[in-house]
Amino acid sequence: MQWETVIGLEIHAQLATRSKIFSGSSTDFGAEPNTQANAVDLGMPGVLPVLNRQAVHMAIKFALATNAEIGRRSVFARKNYFYPDLPKGYQISQMSLPIVGRGEVEITMDDGSVKTVGLTRAHLEEDAGKSVHDAYAGQTGVDLNRAGTPLLEIVSEPDLRSAKEAVAYARKIHSIVRYIDICDGNMQEGSFRCDANVSVRIAGEEKLGTRAEIKNVNSFRFLERAINFEVERQIDIIEGGGEVVQETRLYDADKDETRSMRSKEEANDYRYFPDPDLLPVEVEQSLIDQLQQSLPELPESRKARFITDFELAEYDAGVLTADKATADFFEAAVEKSGASPKLASTWITGELFSRLNKAGLELGDSPVDAERFSGLLARMHDNTISGKIGKQILDQMWDSTDSADHIIESEGLKQISDSSEIEKMIDDVIAANPSQVEEYRGGKEKLLAFFVGQVMKASRGKANPAQLNELLKQKLNG
Amino acid sequence: MYKNTIAEVCQHLANGDYSSKELCQHLLERINRFNASHNSFIEVSADSALQAAAKADELRASGSAAPLLGVPIAHKDIFCTSGVRTSCGSRMLENFIPPYNATVVDKLNAAGTVCLGKTNMDEFAMGSSNENSYFGAVANPWDTNRVPGGSSGGSAAAVAARLVPATTGTDTGGSIRQPAAFCGITGIKPTYGRVSRYGMIAFASSLDQGGPMATTAQDCALLLDAMAGFDERDSTSIDRPAENYSASIDQSIKGLKIGLPRQYFTSDLSAPIADALQLAIDELQKLGATFVDIDLENQSLAVPAYYVVAPAECSSNLSRFDGVRYGHRCESPVDLEDLYKRSRAEGFGREVKRRILIGTYALSAGYYDAYYIKAQKVRNLISQDFTRAFESVDVILGPTTPTTAFKHGENSDDPVAMYLNDIFTIPANLAGLPALSAPCGFVEGLPVGMQLVGNYFDEGRLLNVAHQYQQVTDWHAQIPAEVDA
Repeated sequence: MQWETVIGLEIHAQLATRSKIFSGSSTDFGAEPNTQANAVDLGMPGVLPVLNRQAVHMAIKFALATNAEIGRRSVFARKNYFYPDLPKGYQISQMSLPIVGRGEVEITMDDGSVKTVGLTRAHLEEDAGKSVHDAYAGQTGVDLNRAGTPLLEIVSEPDLRSAKEAVAYARKIHSIVRYIDICDGNMQEGSFRCDANVSVRIAGEEKLGTRAEIKNVNSFRFLERAINFEVERQIDIIEGGGEVVQETRLYDADKDETRSMRSKEEANDYRYFPDPDLLPVEVEQSLIDQLQQSLPELPESRKARFITDFELAEYDAGVLTADKATADFFEAAVEKSGASPKLASTWITGELFSRLNKAGLELGDSPVDAERFSGLLARMHDNTISGKIGKQILDQMWDSTDSADHIIESEGLKQISDSSEIEKMIDDVIAANPSQVEEYRGGKEKLLAFFVGQVMKASRGKANPAQLNELLKQKLNG
Repeated sequence: MYKNTIAEVCQHLANGDYSSKELCQHLLERINRFNASHNSFIEVSADSALQAAAKADELRASGSAAPLLGVPIAHKDIFCTSGVRTSCGSRMLENFIPPYNATVVDKLNAAGTVCLGKTNMDEFAMGSSNENSYFGAVANPWDTNRVPGGSSGGSAAAVAARLVPATTGTDTGGSIRQPAAFCGITGIKPTYGRVSRYGMIAFASSLDQGGPMATTAQDCALLLDAMAGFDERDSTSIDRPAENYSASIDQSIKGLKIGLPRQYFTSDLSAPIADALQLAIDELQKLGATFVDIDLENQSLAVPAYYVVAPAECSSNLSRFDGVRYGHRCESPVDLEDLYKRSRAEGFGREVKRRILIGTYALSAGYYDAYYIKAQKVRNLISQDFTRAFESVDVILGPTTPTTAFKHGENSDDPVAMYLNDIFTIPANLAGLPALSAPCGFVEGLPVGMQLVGNYFDEGRLLNVAHQYQQVTDWHAQIPAEVDA
C-alpha cells in the first residue's frame, strides 16, 4: 500500500527582546533560578501585565518577511489551566485574532525542487516557567525565570509531505527569524522549538488521518528522526488493523522513539477568553511602513543578488544565504579582501565550514573572523601564497590571533613567483633525475607530477603552482 | 474631631487647631471602642499610623504643602499595602503580606494621607452584604442588626460611624455605591480606567474600579484628586490628565439636564424610596436643574449579563490562588492535584466558589458563545442605551438600591435575591460609566441613597451636582446616635 505523510509544524520562536512580554524582567538565559522574576512574573495578587511593544514589532517584521497578513487589530486571550510553572493559572496568548495571519514561505529541497508552504498564522504569547524535578528529592522546584518570555508561535498548514520537507521548512523559518533578528535561534537553550503534527493516509485519499502531536524536539536532526519514527509507528498500527489515537507524544532522543504524553480525552478545556487586563493591539500603517524599511534583505532576494552580482552558482548562492551570518561573512570577506567571489565562496563553504563543523562551532563563534579571513583570501588572490599554503596558514590562524600577513612574514611562506628562481630549481631537479627526464621525453607524461612534486619540495611548497607548471613543461619539452 | 470632614480636617490641621497625631489618636480610640461590635476593620495599624501622623506633623512644620497631609484614611483590604497584611477578606490570603503598594495607596501616601488600617469586605469583593468575609460580618452603624452592604461594607460602615473621615473602596457591580447608600455616606465609582487597578486584587478586571468613600461629595473630590490619573502599570488606565475635581464642585448646576429612567421609576420601586428620591428631585429643581424622562431599555438584562461576565473573569483571575507561591496551602498534600483541590477548597468561601463555578461553566467549550459572547453583546446594548441617553441629558438620576439595608442573614440563602440588590448599580459598571451615590433621606431610620450616573469622564460633574445638593440638605451630616459621642 502507498502511504502519504502529512505534517504541519508549530514552531515556538523566543523573541529576542531585552525584557519580558508583559513585565520589565530580563530575558537573559542561564541566571540563577527565580532571579529574573518580578511580582508580575510571579502572578502576585493585583499586579497587571503591560505589553512590550518590541515583541509586537518583531511579530510584524515576521509577517513582512513571510508575506503574511498583519492583524491590524489583534487580541490577547487567556488560556486557562493549572500548573505550578504557570503562575497566574493562565497563559496570555492569542486565539481568534492573532497578530500574524496567512502567509507563505518557499523551501528548496536537496534535489533543487522548490515548494511553497502555507503559514496558517503566528501569534504572540508568554512562555511558562520550568518545573525542576531533580533538585530536591521527592519534591519539584519551580523556576520562573522563563515565565513571561515572549514567544512567537508560528503555525504551518499541513503542507509538508515528508520528514525532509518538515526539516527544510523548519530550517527556513529558522533562517528567517535570524535574518530579521527577532530570535537567536538557539535550539539547545530552547529559543527555537518545533512541535510536529503528524498523520498518515493512503495516497490519493482526501481525508486527513488522525494526527499525533510530537513535542520536545530540540534539533533538526531529532525532528527528522522523530517524524520518521512516528510515521512508521502509525503505518504499523493501521496495517495491523488498529486505529491511531489523537494524542500528544513526547520524543525521546536517547531511545529515538515517541511515547504518549496525554490523549485527547485528557486534554484541558482551556476556556479561552479575551484578557480584560490588556487592550486590543491596533497596528497603524505608519508602523508597518517603518518596520518594512528597517527590514534587512531577506534570503530569497539576497540569493538572487549573489547570483547576479557575484556570478555565483545557484547552489553556492543558496548555501551562502541560508544563514544571515554566513551571507554577511561572505560579503565582508569579498569586500575586504578584493578576492574573487568564487574564491571567497569556495573557501568559506569548504575550508572554513569544515573546520567549524569539526569544532562544533557556529559561524558567529568562529576563531577566525571575517576581518582576518579576508586577510588570508587577499594573499591568495594576489598570489602571495598558494591555496596549499593557505590551508596551512588557516590552521595556524585558528589557534592564534595572528593575521595571515604576520604568519606569512614570520614563517617565510611567501610564494615564489620570480621565474628565474623557479627555473633554477627546475634545472636542479632535471639535473638530479636524468632517467626520469628520459622516460618523460619518451612519452611517459604522467611523470610531470613527479617533477612538480620535486620542485615544490625544493621550494618548500612556496613555488607559484601555475608558473611552476608552465616553466616545467617548457624545460622538459625544450 | 470625629465629626470633621476631610475639608474641615485640612483646615484645622493648617490652623494648628489639632495635630494629625492627636486626630489619629482620637480616631484610633474610637476604632478601639466600636470595632469589636462593628467589625469594620480587619487590620488596625495603630503604631504605623501614629508614626506616619507624627511625620506628617513634622512635615507640616517644615512647610510641606501635600494636599492631604496628615489626613487619616483607611484602605479597603483589597488594595495591596507594602508590609501590611492584605487579605481581601479571604482565608486564602489570611497571611499574605505584599511587598508592594497598589498605585492608589502610593498616590494617597504621596498626597500625605495617614492609613489607620484595612477595612473589612466581602471575600474577594464578591457580595452585597459583607457577610461573605472570612473575618466576619460587619454591622451597619444605623442598626447593628443590619448589613452595611458590600462588598466595601467595612469602608462604608467605618465612615458612617465616624471612625475615619474617608476610605477607599472598589466597585465591580455597585460595591462602593450600594454600601454608601446603606450606610448614609457618599461614594463614587469613577469612569473605568480613571483610577489605576494596579495592586488592587482583581475580581472582574473589565468592571473593577477603585474610588473614594466619605461623608460628603467634597471629600470624595479631594480624595479622587489624589487617586485619579494614568498609570503605565495598568494597560486599561486611560492616558488623559485627571481634572481638579475639588475645584469644580462649586459651580452652579443651573440649566443642568437630568434624566429619570422610566425603567427605574416603576411601580416596583418601594414607595418610601420613591418619595425620598422625589424630595431630592425637588431640591435639585430649586437649584436650577431640569428633569426629563428617558429610556434605558435594556436595563433588565444587566443583572444576568453581569452574572456571566463577572464570574467568567473571576474564575480566571482567582486561578493564581493555587497554594503554590503564596496564600493558603493545605497541610501535607499527597500530590499536585490534592494540593490544588484542598488549598482552594479550604481557602475560598462559599460565594467565591459559587462564582468560580459559574464562571468556569460559562467559559467552557460549547457554552462560551451562548453565555460569554451573548453577555458581551448585552453589555454593548446597555452601553448604547446610555450613549443615546447622554445625547439629551447631562446626568441620570435614580435609586442606588431597591431597598434600604436588610437584616443579617435575610438574603443569605437566596443568592439571586442577593444579586438583585445591585440591579441599579450594575449597568454603570457594564458601560464603564462614572456613578455616585449620595444620601437623600431616611426610611424607618435607615439611610436611602440616590444614584447619579454621568457620561465618560464626567465624575467632576457628578461630584458638582452632589456637592450642590449637599449645600442645601443635611442627610449626609446625620450621624448614628449610638456612635455620636
